[in-house]
Amino acid sequence: MQNILKIKNLNKNFGGVIATKNLNLSVLDGDIHAIIGPNGAGKTTLVSQIFGQVFPDSGQIFFQNIDVTQISEYKKSRLGINRTFQITSVMKSMTVSENIQLATDKIRENSLNFFTTFTNKNYVLEKVDFCLGQVGLIEANNQPVASLSHGDCRKLEIAMALASDAKLLLLDEPMAGLGPSETQEMIALLNKLKGKQTILLVEHDMDAVFALADRISVLVSGEIIATGEPNNIRHDSKVQKAYLGEA
Amino acid sequence: MDYTLLLIQVLNGLQLGVLLFLVASGLTLVFGILDFVNLAHGSIYMLGAFVCASLTYALDSYLLAVILALPIIGIIGYVFEVFLARPLYSRDHLDHVLGTFGAILVIDTIAHLIWGPAGIAIPLPNYLDGQIKISENIELPTFRVLIIIVGLLAAFGLLWLVNFTRLGMLIRAGASNRTMVSALGIDIRTLFAIVFAIGATLAGMAGMLIAPITEASLGMGNNVIITAFVVIIVGGIGSVKGALVAALLIGLIDTLGRAFLDDFFKIFMSTAAAENSAPAISSMSIYLIMALILSFKPNGLFPPRLR
Amino acid sequence: MQFIKPLKFFILASLLVFPILFNQIGMSFYLDLATRLCILAIAAVGLNLILGYGGMISFGHAAYLGLGAYAVGIPAHHWLYGGLDFLATTNGFVHILIAIAISGLFALLTGLICLKTKGVYFIMITMAFSQMAYYLFVSIEEYGGDDGLVINTRSEIPLINLDDPIQMFLVSFSSLIFFMWLVHLITKSNFGLILSGIKDNEARMVSLGYNVYFHKLIAFIFSGIICGFAGVLLGNFTTFISPEMIDWSRSGELMFMVILGGVATVMGPLFGAIVFVILEEVLSSITIYWHLPFGLLLITVVLFFRGGLSSLFSK
Ligand SMILES: Nc1ncnc2c1ncn2[C@@H]1O[C@H](COP(=O)(O)OP(=O)(O)OP(=O)(O)O)[C@@H](O)[C@H]1O
Ligand SMILES: [Mg+2]
Repeated sequence: MQNILKIKNLNKNFGGVIATKNLNLSVLDGDIHAIIGPNGAGKTTLVSQIFGQVFPDSGQIFFQNIDVTQISEYKKSRLGINRTFQITSVMKSMTVSENIQLATDKIRENSLNFFTTFTNKNYVLEKVDFCLGQVGLIEANNQPVASLSHGDCRKLEIAMALASDAKLLLLDEPMAGLGPSETQEMIALLNKLKGKQTILLVEHDMDAVFALADRISVLVSGEIIATGEPNNIRHDSKVQKAYLGEA
Repeated sequence: MDYTLLLIQVLNGLQLGVLLFLVASGLTLVFGILDFVNLAHGSIYMLGAFVCASLTYALDSYLLAVILALPIIGIIGYVFEVFLARPLYSRDHLDHVLGTFGAILVIDTIAHLIWGPAGIAIPLPNYLDGQIKISENIELPTFRVLIIIVGLLAAFGLLWLVNFTRLGMLIRAGASNRTMVSALGIDIRTLFAIVFAIGATLAGMAGMLIAPITEASLGMGNNVIITAFVVIIVGGIGSVKGALVAALLIGLIDTLGRAFLDDFFKIFMSTAAAENSAPAISSMSIYLIMALILSFKPNGLFPPRLR
Repeated sequence: MQFIKPLKFFILASLLVFPILFNQIGMSFYLDLATRLCILAIAAVGLNLILGYGGMISFGHAAYLGLGAYAVGIPAHHWLYGGLDFLATTNGFVHILIAIAISGLFALLTGLICLKTKGVYFIMITMAFSQMAYYLFVSIEEYGGDDGLVINTRSEIPLINLDDPIQMFLVSFSSLIFFMWLVHLITKSNFGLILSGIKDNEARMVSLGYNVYFHKLIAFIFSGIICGFAGVLLGNFTTFISPEMIDWSRSGELMFMVILGGVATVMGPLFGAIVFVILEEVLSSITIYWHLPFGLLLITVVLFFRGGLSSLFSK
């Protein structure tokens, strides 16, 4: 299998706080690759660097063998990378459907369409239905986002990420703030995507990670201390000491 | 070049600069600390001028009038804060803008009712009305020099107040952490009202200082407020130091532009063309400078670290 | 059709019919009032595009009204008194073209800078740029400076005579309907969807891959052009322009109309303009100090009555 994402010697420093330290990482095409690590380890910062919201001090990021280190976020999503946010970020005053429409490439590519209700309407609406179907929000289609529960908002974010047709999804703690049953739903949802969608999954919930991930990297203080299959990581002594043991 | 003229114009520019600072500093304080946009700040400047004018005639002394008018304007600012600004703090900027726009209409009309449509001139006492002889052929108007000195004193006083006193410490703390200051047992609302009153007093003082030169008039507040906006945008909204630098810069550019731009243009264009274009360009100069500065520094020259 | 519901249709129809009826029975005053109302409503419709739908609080839109009016006055002035031959004309189409070009250009140049900023900066900078236009016209003596410029000949358009008050009104009214419809279309389009997305969550729109700055700029220019067109009508209606038309309190009044009517609605700007014009007329007939009750009303609306008028109608 091929690398879809390859990171070489990435470094990022926030005025003394080391958020990323000499980080190397490869994500294989089709994998769910989980990043775990304690609070403040630098997981979100890593996602932001891959997505181009934060630029690294040094090092390189390759997406499908193209150097994308310095490409800013709004162009990243056109290349086929998309992300969700640890703190839910959606268009609250709009409907669920409109949120997903905005995430589709057809709307984006025809953004200067001033006078007609959107082009490729059927294509877009089918896409909306499909994505909502995937996350189980189909009834909420025309509801305003403000009326959704937190759990449904998290699902909406996944649906938006799916609608973008991204080749690589960066999910930043999709289970954050979810109750136990919602977490199970989210795990089931991501499980459906397994094998079809390449995902870099940042997550605290260990059960979720071990249930979903093909590979796991452990990030501590900006450094990756181990990468491997779930079983190997579970038994890695370094990981147990640095991370799992402490929990 | 006539150096006496240049000196006089520089003096005028500085005078405009310090007056702008007095108006702008209140705006920038209130915005920086309370996150409140007050369009009616110019009306308070105007009230300062009118109140001072009335008191000058009542007391027959400009100096006494100023001394009495300052606390009056401070109280007006305090009342304004309690009744209009305070209920709007939790709202968005659009509501601030509309509410204080309404306040302008109210204050201006009340001023119209009280003082009538015509301006009121304020006579200066003799000892302020003269000239100061600098050298054989250079004389400077005493009152203008006084304005500059008073304005600069107020500027440094304010910088000192904000940076080195307990009140200033509380104000700065209150801006970044409202609950923390409340926890210190200090009534944050009174603190904010005091900030507002200080800002109003400074603006009122500017009005009192300019009135003997231009007279107190109805439109004066609305003219100055936009220029004050330009000052705080250029200086960085919320920064008192930025307001000082920007006010002097804007004051000098505006005054010198109006005085010398046509001479400057004549160097490389025909006299007629220079005389036609110079007034238009100089009337826009401060806005062009603002545009220029913003295209390099969108948050102004001294963006405050707080926000 | 979503565009106009029955009640709203009734309001529009009355706005069309009654002024003309009144005029026929000798009360031409109401026709003038309605014409002015339509023109202000067009400007409010333009402002609503960015303020209501795009969340950009511009406090400088009176500048475009002024630019549009001067685009009528200046060519007409040269046509009568000579000078600047390439500009001198009374052709209405040329006036409109000039107005569109100038207000579009002004929106582009100022927008490039304003839109780099947010929040209060944006409010103040739009205000400052409109004041720049104000001082520019004050400083040009040829066009009357402070005193303003009398427009001796109205724009000439084939088959239409703007000197006839009824035709002037009909042109203003149909332009209003046209722009309401146009803005309605825009807001229902891809671009409109994106604009609301930007208003709601700009950062998220950037990460969805939108060039937010560019889209805001386009909306800003559209909005300026609509107000510029309203300015052409205003110049023709009043046959007089002065920098006072650009003064920032005029911009404040436009904002008042949009907010009072209800932002991001098709009819909102019209409701706002109706209320504003009626208030102005009623209050100023009672007292020359009509700004006092008007200001108090504005404060009351802001403090206690939010959501605008069309929220009442849409229920
Ligand atoms: N913009 C920033 N400026 C300064 N420091 C930052 C910034 N962003 C992150 N940091 C710091 O970098 C470190 C890594 O932060 P990051 O948010 O990436 O951690 P994380 O692994 O996502 O944590 P969590 O599990 O809490 O989400 C933290 O110490 C954080 O304080
Ligand atoms: Mg994080």
